[in-house]
Amino acid sequence: MTTSDLTLPQAEKRGSRRPRVLGAGKQLHAGPVTYVILTLFALISLAPLVWTAIAASRTDSRLAQAPPPLWFGGNLFKNLETAWEEASLGTAMFNTAFVASAITVSTVVFSTLAGFAFAKLRFRFSSALLLLTIGTMMIPPQLAVVPLYLWMSDLGWSNQLQTVILPTLCTAFGTFFMRQYLVQALPTELIEAARVDGASSLRVVWHVVFPAARPAMAVLGLLTFVFAWNDFLWPIIALNQQNPTVQVALNSLGTGYVPDQAVIMAGALLGTLPLLIAFLLFGKQIVGGIMQGAIKG
Amino acid sequence: MTSSKQALAQPATSADAAPGNQPGAARGAQGRGTPPPGGSSWRSRLYRWDMKASPYAFISPFFIVFGAFSLVPLLYTAWYSLHNVQLADLDKQTWVGLDNYQNLLSSDFFWNSLWVTFVIGVISTVPQLMMAIGIAHLLNYKLRGSTVWRVVMLTPYATSVAAATLVFVLLYSWDGGMINWLLDFIGIDPVNWRESDWGSKFAVSTIVIWRWTGYNALIYLAAMQAIPSDLYESAALDGAGRWQQFRHVTIPMLRPTILFTVVVSTIGATQLFGEPLLFGGVSGSKGGSAHQFQTLGLYMYDQGWIVGNLGKASAIAWSMFLILLIIAVINLVVTRRLRKAQ
Repeated sequence: MTTSDLTLPQAEKRGSRRPRVLGAGKQLHAGPVTYVILTLFALISLAPLVWTAIAASRTDSRLAQAPPPLWFGGNLFKNLETAWEEASLGTAMFNTAFVASAITVSTVVFSTLAGFAFAKLRFRFSSALLLLTIGTMMIPPQLAVVPLYLWMSDLGWSNQLQTVILPTLCTAFGTFFMRQYLVQALPTELIEAARVDGASSLRVVWHVVFPAARPAMAVLGLLTFVFAWNDFLWPIIALNQQNPTVQVALNSLGTGYVPDQAVIMAGALLGTLPLLIAFLLFGKQIVGGIMQGAIKG
Repeated sequence: MTSSKQALAQPATSADAAPGNQPGAARGAQGRGTPPPGGSSWRSRLYRWDMKASPYAFISPFFIVFGAFSLVPLLYTAWYSLHNVQLADLDKQTWVGLDNYQNLLSSDFFWNSLWVTFVIGVISTVPQLMMAIGIAHLLNYKLRGSTVWRVVMLTPYATSVAAATLVFVLLYSWDGGMINWLLDFIGIDPVNWRESDWGSKFAVSTIVIWRWTGYNALIYLAAMQAIPSDLYESAALDGAGRWQQFRHVTIPMLRPTILFTVVVSTIGATQLFGEPLLFGGVSGSKGGSAHQFQTLGLYMYDQGWIVGNLGKASAIAWSMFLILLIIAVINLVVTRRLRKAQ
């Protein structure tokens, strides 16, 4: 409830701002001090990741010695291989790719439908339902895990991937994100024009809404994929090392499943690599999406 | 943008081709089901039904998922919190009334976990958001390669809680850890980060700060770019320097966004779980030998799945929810006050 008070008016403002008039020429140029401070923060952002790779290329005994290694050693592939085999990272990566893809496709499609309805269609209780949707983002996942766990045991679904897919098939964040985009990006006259042609709602969605929403759908897809890849609480309760996702496997590594720090770092590196590659390729779009959505997923 | 423009062109032309063929349909598009004149054929009835039902059909997937996997479980969690439910014997659930809650209120570990959650919440959120505003301010300058800077600041967000924490555990390790080594450089005695009371809370907070500062900076940056530039111009005309412009124009204009990030960070801090779990290593769910970094979320997991008392875990989950509701009410009051003040 509370978040809506803050975001809705602001988002409206952002919508009207669309053709950005903010004179780029009036923006102040950054001085050398700015660059120095930003470089410092950039180093802090990247250093732990670089150091993960360094540690993953060393041995366990070397990592326990006093001056920590600052450059790469020669054990990277050996450690990656051990992590791959001991922590079932191959299965984990495949499982996570499957789970995250299923969640992404479903969330993007359903959120676009719901976002379109909230943005452009008039129906009873629409604003109350939108507020409710936003309010649900306040509910912590902890409130659901005990019953979900019990039902899952009843159904005999323990350790099966559908248990981590089903609860996230559509999200409040996605719905709100698409709603905010479609309010300003989809002209109402366009829908009316299609209606004049006698198009049914499904045809309107297919021929008008989806084409107009495509850029935002791509961004929501990226954000959802990152979220699903990194989801932690429910997967570590629902799954175990027999059929893990990447986060479950990393949790096993961290809680002493393989007591070798270099191998653990190799696992962390491997489990993060797909997302780092995604950031390298689509970083600009992800940044744009976060700045547009301005809500934590 | 481009694709929406393409989409704009297509149906518009087809509408021109058939002007006013179905005036009723056009009126129907306004949203209210005015019956199209010229015969009450099944088509027009179908059309009206479509207009009425489709909005609900479109929002139903979200509400079905929310109902089945959030709302109903939330109510069941309340039900289980009034029962004795043991992980070892799931079929036997006996009514115990408010016992689980009384048990919590008299448990030192519960109060400890509230304190830990509060402390870590404050020392991870406050510096994080302040740094984020600073970074956003710098990113708002005209920069060479501005996109690259933004992506780099966001990189920690791509790292999962698990991966990030595993790395920080090694950085904070007692023997041979990078941080103790750096402290040694400047002549400070090494700290046993995992065992120390404040050291462990600090260490866990830095993981949160590392992962989320860039993300919040981008949110502030988005808000800063929405501030009209004439506000700065008139401030400059009044003789305000860069710092005064930041204090008297940027910060006040950011106020709603700041409040929003505070709310979101508070929600996140209340349910903090993965970072302390993995920071603890082998017996992570205890949150350290003296429970010095056992957050509420960690305490719930420990009671539910390590100790095996799911009824008590449900009571902890509901306590968490009640705390968030209280925070929501406080936030509502503060927002109202701020609005009145303006």
